[in-house]
Amino acid sequence: MYGKGILKGLGVTWKHFWDTYIDDIKWGKKRYHTEEGIAYRMSKDARGLFTVQYPEERLPTPEEFRFVPFLVYDEDEGGEQVIRCTSCGICAKVCPPQCIWIERSTNPKTGRPVPVPAEFYIDVDICMNCGFCAEFCPFDAIKMDHDYELAVYDRLTNNIYDREKLLKPAAYYDGIRPLNSQKEFDARAEKEAKKAAAKKKK
Amino acid sequence: MTEQTKTMHKDIEARFAGIIALDDRSGYEGYRVEAEKLVEFATALRDEFGYDFLSSVTGVDYLPDEKMEVVYHIYKSTGGHALVFKVQVPRANPVVPSLVSIFPGADFQEREAWDLFGIRFEGHPNHKRILMWEGFSGHPMRKDWKEAYYEADAKPFDARWPGGDVSRSEDKMVFNKNVAYPQDFTPENWTPEGETALYSGMQNIATDEDLQTEHVVVNLGPQHPSTHGVFRMVATLDGETIVKLEPVMGYLHRNHEKIGERNTYLMNIPFTDRLDYLSSMSNNFGYVLAVEKLLGDTTHIPDRAKYIRVIMAEFTRISNHLMAIGALLNDLGAYFTPMLYALKERELILDIFEAVSGSRMMCNYYRFGGVARDLPPGTHEMMRGLAFERLPRQIDELDRYLTENEIIRARCEGVGVLTPEEAIAYSAVGPVLRASGVPYDVRRADPYSVYDRFDFDVAVRYHGDVYDRYLVRLDEIRQSIRILQQALNGIPECDNCLGKPRYSMRVPAGEAYGRVEGPKGELGFYVVADGGPNPWRYHVRAPSFINLTALSKMCEGDKIADAIIVLGSIDIVLGETDR
Repeated sequence: MYGKGILKGLGVTWKHFWDTYIDDIKWGKKRYHTEEGIAYRMSKDARGLFTVQYPEERLPTPEEFRFVPFLVYDEDEGGEQVIRCTSCGICAKVCPPQCIWIERSTNPKTGRPVPVPAEFYIDVDICMNCGFCAEFCPFDAIKMDHDYELAVYDRLTNNIYDREKLLKPAAYYDGIRPLNSQKEFDARAEKEAKKAAAKKKK
Repeated sequence: MTEQTKTMHKDIEARFAGIIALDDRSGYEGYRVEAEKLVEFATALRDEFGYDFLSSVTGVDYLPDEKMEVVYHIYKSTGGHALVFKVQVPRANPVVPSLVSIFPGADFQEREAWDLFGIRFEGHPNHKRILMWEGFSGHPMRKDWKEAYYEADAKPFDARWPGGDVSRSEDKMVFNKNVAYPQDFTPENWTPEGETALYSGMQNIATDEDLQTEHVVVNLGPQHPSTHGVFRMVATLDGETIVKLEPVMGYLHRNHEKIGERNTYLMNIPFTDRLDYLSSMSNNFGYVLAVEKLLGDTTHIPDRAKYIRVIMAEFTRISNHLMAIGALLNDLGAYFTPMLYALKERELILDIFEAVSGSRMMCNYYRFGGVARDLPPGTHEMMRGLAFERLPRQIDELDRYLTENEIIRARCEGVGVLTPEEAIAYSAVGPVLRASGVPYDVRRADPYSVYDRFDFDVAVRYHGDVYDRYLVRLDEIRQSIRILQQALNGIPECDNCLGKPRYSMRVPAGEAYGRVEGPKGELGFYVVADGGPNPWRYHVRAPSFINLTALSKMCEGDKIADAIIVLGSIDIVLGETDR
């Protein structure tokens, strides 16, 4: 019969249309603006309307999600910032768009380089969020952020991030990437233990 | 190389003794052919030896030797390895005979080589620039050509570390001051020569004696919602029928290949994401295969990494085909309802990419010798849920929704027909080739990675029209789901076996051509290494660019409204077309 295909297709649209209402009735208010509801709409069983109403609702960011880098600092007993970065320059070397600038600091007395960056700039206009800097940093000092809401009104004055703006506490990093930070912590502890054992042997 | 191809090459060597010479540079393969004998050689290859599919034509600038080289990769449409042959010409006057008369698929690629390298192709019927605009000065892929904001020949740049000299390139070169015009030249009063040439070639008066009708030249694009980006088709119309059509591209050209030659090998991986931004995983795949061939350590890749690569590539294929089908329906005028149903499934696939690689579209997940990281916990279940439950169900629904629709059939059947012979001659690849009845799929014809372990069919249809291209995509999604199910069941478990990727490595001098069956067809990366940290030549054989060669052939004789869906059925992404 001519037109059967169209009717069949319309049937599918019709089903999609009602799916949303059926789900709405089934879920009540829980379908929207709740974590549970968003998780359901992202799942393999989702049907009907699946749009997430940004910014009222947000998709959860998975652990590996990456957006512009930041520098991690630890805090010592006195509450002082201990920057993990040693300004070794690997991140600046692997950066594909070359958006990382590092200035090494030197000891004013001896003129020798000190393993702390005097300045650290990232031009986030150019950054392509590839994550190489975080991937290849041997000191777990630079990591990719989860904060994707970076829009500013004046890009010419705001978008070169300096060291102060890039620094974030290790606790923040542990919060956004719990599994990775635990893995790195274990690896570091293992390394320390090996070092200590080697020292003992001597 | 198998025994058979070796003997086959012996035949060729015997047949052309004296004309060809083995390319004996270390790390290189194939033959060198004298420029004068090129046409004869190529014709004989096609007619006597069955090498009928000219996949890639590209130039290489060997500046230190004062040579220009044109590299051809040719295949048999029945499968097998490539035969590589090269023509070397002096850099001062590079002229190579055109192969367009034998392989029409060389058309755009030769124009590209002229545009970017300044290699002239004698006998090319439409010898003009393709990516740069007419009137552009110089040939940007030449090694001595320098771009705006040029800093150094190769990254990493010294200013970044330990100098720490922070600056923006736009501060150094202020907008409008970074262009140099010839004397007495005002850009406002300038009509590009190319435009005049383009139009004059297309306008002519019909010779119908009773009815004095004039052909009308119509520009579709570059800003047109149905051209999938900034792409332009200049069509000469007789009434509503297309007499002649010429695609004009390059609006999104950013000289990706030049950027690639400034980059180190590793830095290129995220740049390949930006080619065909709908299927970044496949782009990564092709590039790492090419560099791994150079490195010669393909065997060191852990099995788990190989499986992850295949799984990601197949998910990419599904998401790309969903997008292609959705966009095709949009082009047909089914405004956004089918598109959204397709996008809904695609979003779920992108959720997986985001969880695994960290980004929905710019995945940057493959590394030389493996992948960036193992699958995070929970993603395996997500993938199983899609591959075993949701996708089969939803694809069936999409099938029920669209395939039998009488309007779609009336619009698509018999439109934009490409015969198998034409498809091969025009070097069409992917769904376009397979919808024309040529069951050529790189995964089968020249298997790479672990595709030889999976049971799947090469989707093929025989009418070569828009409807069959749609059906082939639907079939391919189903085959991809089959591969996914096998791969997800068979993926080996191991703890920390993927190793840590390296950021610097020595790539030995030589050349390599890595190709994968991307969602849009054969995606090839031709990389020449000179032993340094940066590739000497980095070329992308872009399927959506080369598939467009056949566009005018497909459109001729059809109605102007059908040109839109023919373009939609090729499924182009301008990021890849223009590079």
